[in-house]
Amino acid sequence: MTTTQIKPGRRREEGTRVLDTGQNHERNAGSLAFLVALWCSLAFGVLVLLVLIASTALDGAPRLDANLFTEYSSTLFEEETGVRAGILGSLWLMVTTAVMSVPLGIAAALYLEEFANPTRWYNRLIEVNLQNLAAVPSVIYGLLALGLLALRGFRQTSLVIGGALALTLLILPVIIITTRESIRAVPREIRDGSLALGATLWQTTWRQSLPSAIPGIATGTILALSRAIGEAAPLLLLGVATGIRFDPNGILSQFTALPIQIFTMSSQPQEEFQTAAAAAIIVLLVMILVLNGLAIYIRNHYQRRW
Amino acid sequence: MTTKPATANTRDSVYGAANLAEVADTGEHVVPDLPQEPVIEATDLNVYYGDFHAVHDVNLAFGRGEITALIGPSGCGKSTVLRCLNRMNDLVIGARVTGAVTYHGQNVYGPKVDPIEVRRRIGMVFQKPNPFPKSIYDNIAYGPRVTGMKVDNMDDLVEEALHSAALWDEVKDKLKQSAYGLSGGQQQRLCIARTVATRPDVILMDEPCSSLDPIATSRIEDLMLEMRKDYALIVVTHNMQQAARVSDRTAFFTARPDETTGNRTGLLVEYNLTNRIFSNPDDSRTEAYISGRFG
Repeated sequence: MTTTQIKPGRRREEGTRVLDTGQNHERNAGSLAFLVALWCSLAFGVLVLLVLIASTALDGAPRLDANLFTEYSSTLFEEETGVRAGILGSLWLMVTTAVMSVPLGIAAALYLEEFANPTRWYNRLIEVNLQNLAAVPSVIYGLLALGLLALRGFRQTSLVIGGALALTLLILPVIIITTRESIRAVPREIRDGSLALGATLWQTTWRQSLPSAIPGIATGTILALSRAIGEAAPLLLLGVATGIRFDPNGILSQFTALPIQIFTMSSQPQEEFQTAAAAAIIVLLVMILVLNGLAIYIRNHYQRRW
Repeated sequence: MTTKPATANTRDSVYGAANLAEVADTGEHVVPDLPQEPVIEATDLNVYYGDFHAVHDVNLAFGRGEITALIGPSGCGKSTVLRCLNRMNDLVIGARVTGAVTYHGQNVYGPKVDPIEVRRRIGMVFQKPNPFPKSIYDNIAYGPRVTGMKVDNMDDLVEEALHSAALWDEVKDKLKQSAYGLSGGQQQRLCIARTVATRPDVILMDEPCSSLDPIATSRIEDLMLEMRKDYALIVVTHNMQQAARVSDRTAFFTARPDETTGNRTGLLVEYNLTNRIFSNPDDSRTEAYISGRFG
């Protein structure tokens, strides 16, 4: 067997400082320019966001009062119009969407990850389609939900169940994909250990894979839901109205949602509506921030390191 | 201290001639030339992964009260053979097995056989300690719970299992603590205890010490010798000293490249008493491997 000869480095005179090259390659012009470019990109994103939030907050500040939360929308008393129906509608929508999408998404992900044979053509087809579905514009899902409701004979489509159906379809691919990723993060050895003790595939999934994956699933689901409650497009397609002057009281109730109210109010000419819209944006932002904060908390506190 | 060959001339007809060696009841560990009433027997075992022929025509018999080592270079199919014995290879997509593996005379690949029951009776310990992210107690209780074993007193069963894995004294005060707080060697003994708890009579070990330090390794080896009397232990190992130290029988596998495809198919070269394999092997390939000239 021949071994490659590696020549030792040139020998230096005793006392010379070979590491002092007189320059620092990590701080030369090219590196610095690149660093500055990165900083500028970062600053651009953050600054635009900050300016946007600050100007919205300033615009909306005068209307961040109790009336905003307790009053229904009113065209008679523009300065006292509120988004009570929108906030409650968005909450109803969010809960209904969660109830429909979480079990479905987790079950689908468990099937694909633990039970499906990936060499079968239909499983591969589902796989490819999931990736595509996650990128479909939300309007399309609104259209789909509208079609489904019409098929079921609903005349009125601006119902909580209709909106939740559209949003469920919208976030289902995201939930499935994130759930699969967190199930995949559970090591093979844990599954093998369980199966080797005589546990069935179902017991292994239910008692090992799923509990270990729950933090990841919760994080992904909450992020998906926070995207869903900011959506206006699919709801507009379902004909969800702004001027709802009652609290939604069930999944078959008519409702309005915050994004819809914001959309409508900001297209009104009156100054008062613009202000109320800005205040409503702040309310929506806070709702989304709370959800994202919850997701980050769950991720940091319950995520398992293998 | 481990093996005592009685007569050493029947191995050419391993699956034919009756074995005349007798087990003397002297308390000393005496191993007959051939396993008496084998617990597990593989007959003409072939394993394929898709089109790839992984293992060719393996014939082996494993007896109770014995430790059998499966040795050989990487890719020779010894782990594959091991995983066939308790149908863990079923879980590999595209894996196919021909031939027979019999457990107390019953083919584990038979049409009416429940693979779950096979795995409960033929336990397995893995290369990397794989305790569940649960308490020490729940790790042991998991097997009996999921298999619906009738257990009068789970506490007693847990204690007994931990005793038989020589772990009780170290963990008796922290049974409710996470198994992840144990050292690697303790985790591996916990995995052995967990396996013992479902009351198997065969335990397969897939390189059980390869991720452990020498002290933990020697504790596991002591444990294996301790457990030998109650189980048929089958151990895949890369460590030939380990095979020589603990096993009664050794099966040497090697890989033969296919002439057309170049795929390497594993085959059994020689199966004999360990001291024969290590002192006077019949096959030149075994001798070359044992003496470190290849593999």
